[in-house]
Amino acid sequence: MAERTLTLSIGPQHPGAGHFRLIVVLDGDIVVDVKPDPGYVHRGAEKMAEYRTYIQNIPHLERPVIIDSSGILFPYVLASEELLDLPPPPRAQYIRIIMAELNRIISHLYWLGIYGVFVGHTTMFLWPVGDRELFIDLAQMIAGARVTFAFFVPGGVRNDIPDDFPDKAIKVCNYYEKRLKEYEKIFFYNPLVLKRTQGVGILKREDAIELGATGPNLRGSGVKSDVRKDEPYSSYDDIDFEIPVYKDGDCWSRCMVRLGELYQSMNIIKQAIKKMPSGPVKNAKRGVLKGIEGEAFARTESARGTMAYYIISDGKPYPYRLKLSVPSFRCLSLMKHLLVNQHVADIPAIYWGLDYWPVEADK
Amino acid sequence: MMGVLVGKLSEVIEKVVDEPLSYVINWGRLYSLWPVHLETACCSAEFGACHGPRFDAERFGVLEAFGSLRQCDLLIVFGTVTRKMMPRLKLIYDQMPEPKYVIAMGACAIDGGLYFDSYNVLPGIDKIIPVDVYIPGCPPRPEAVVQAIMMLQEKIRRNKAIAIGSWIRKKFLKKG
Amino acid sequence: MSLTTERERALLDKIKAKFEDVIKEKYVKPKRIRIDVSPQKIFEVASFLKALGFNQVASVAGTDYPSSNEMEVVYHIVAIDNELRDIVFALGERVSRDNPIVPSLTDVWKSASYHEQETYEMLGIKFEGHPRLERLLLPEDWADIPPLRKEFKLPGRE
Repeated sequence: MAERTLTLSIGPQHPGAGHFRLIVVLDGDIVVDVKPDPGYVHRGAEKMAEYRTYIQNIPHLERPVIIDSSGILFPYVLASEELLDLPPPPRAQYIRIIMAELNRIISHLYWLGIYGVFVGHTTMFLWPVGDRELFIDLAQMIAGARVTFAFFVPGGVRNDIPDDFPDKAIKVCNYYEKRLKEYEKIFFYNPLVLKRTQGVGILKREDAIELGATGPNLRGSGVKSDVRKDEPYSSYDDIDFEIPVYKDGDCWSRCMVRLGELYQSMNIIKQAIKKMPSGPVKNAKRGVLKGIEGEAFARTESARGTMAYYIISDGKPYPYRLKLSVPSFRCLSLMKHLLVNQHVADIPAIYWGLDYWPVEADK
Repeated sequence: MMGVLVGKLSEVIEKVVDEPLSYVINWGRLYSLWPVHLETACCSAEFGACHGPRFDAERFGVLEAFGSLRQCDLLIVFGTVTRKMMPRLKLIYDQMPEPKYVIAMGACAIDGGLYFDSYNVLPGIDKIIPVDVYIPGCPPRPEAVVQAIMMLQEKIRRNKAIAIGSWIRKKFLKKG
Repeated sequence: MSLTTERERALLDKIKAKFEDVIKEKYVKPKRIRIDVSPQKIFEVASFLKALGFNQVASVAGTDYPSSNEMEVVYHIVAIDNELRDIVFALGERVSRDNPIVPSLTDVWKSASYHEQETYEMLGIKFEGHPRLERLLLPEDWADIPPLRKEFKLPGRE
């Protein structure tokens, strides 16, 4: 058996895998064994956080997942607010919802663009990357940066939204809802894409829970689990939205969950704009630097799944320990399960179908 | 006497052979820069955006990152290089055929940037490979990437691809 | 959002009835429970928690406490798709810093596997019974002490 197999390194320099290596053992065309080798972008964010104050930690903590930078910062501000005792005012909670959902759209569209390249559909690279700029423009109107916003701060958000934002946001959302129908026709129900993704990389419901899948990967396996509904944070319980769930657990289901989330995110943005109360956007207390002694655990639903922070404070301005639990890291245990006994040609479709973002997993 | 003749000859060769040939060769290199697909960190997301319809870097003569590194002549280092990635980066640079150009994208690639005190980050890629153009920013905007590519093209345009004249001067004038 | 802790109390009482003298209650906050157990008993408590419905590990965090010469491992456990879905249960254990060996909980929750491997690498805590305790994120030639220990100082920040 040993002489029949071939060990192949996919990555870290490979058109189908960046900053990440998959060590694949092949028998002919069939994958026999898989070993993920992460760590090419391990920058030690957890150690660095111990040397920075709660506010100084914001910029470097959003770098691990630059396309969903509000998503990764959201649980951090929730946990540090608990430690610093700085509850955010209601208007700030709604602005956070808008920002987080904009970022979810931006992240899903980037994923969709690369997924188009991975399954050999170049139009699906150009369309989402182009339309993504509309949402980046909206986020830029609020926060002033293209991708790294540093917009959430403990106690609220940095600034209020501009006056012309609501009109423009609703206009963009209405346009994009129509546009997504075209996406469905050209990509999601395209016979070639169906052939490449349907019935490929099946993750059963029990395995998904057991192996620690989260976010769209879990919902693609028929599990209705979303932190926004399970443990509503930041006024998400005032907003009426659905969680898209697909039962089959294959790559196509995971795609369709993300497509459904694009619709739902725009729905949430529209509702949040309508329901937004007026008032301040930042807690009036100033100069709160030291956390109370104790610990806090906060989790939110980012674009890739449950993002969680566990912060231990010993009463100093710096966290004593900051543990960042990211959804991509949990994908590692899914890879072996999904890729074994599949064809080599299906590796890109399965790998990127998980929306594994190596920088996030490595921290 | 010999020295004067060789000097005149080398000048003529420089004007007649070197300059036109260099112009043609550089022109060929300028607008077909092929970047290696080596993502080292998060700046790669912005490089992806700069190939989208809005910025469309391809109209300036740089292609999207596809294909084998043995056919590429441009290495864009997208951000942080960690200690685990460092030997791979060197290996990839050594495997690329000459002439090759390097763009350091983002503050991390220039000097470590935000991660200046991290235990696992290389403070600047110019410690291990030569760099042609630096793009500051964290991450740089796609416009900045496009500008860097145009600066690199300007650098290539001024490059002497063929230098027979100065070779003759070096070879014969020292003896004479 | 309710700020009462009745449900959490009831849940904790259920666990206390079974493991009266083993567990030590650390705090009960709305939607958050934290108990501490000794490393010898953690496997049984974990199996009981899984039977209650906590079926996924969200994070495994190791912390170094040089002042008391101890290391702490905290499992944050969540319940997916059942009635406990809004509660995060923290299960902590402390072990001496000189010989940090704790039992691995991968047999209870497979999802703990990579988290435990990361904790082993970052703090040097050995998980007995873990299938692959090897290098994961750090470079292959890492020869220093594990970076998240407190005596490891960042360059230029001593």
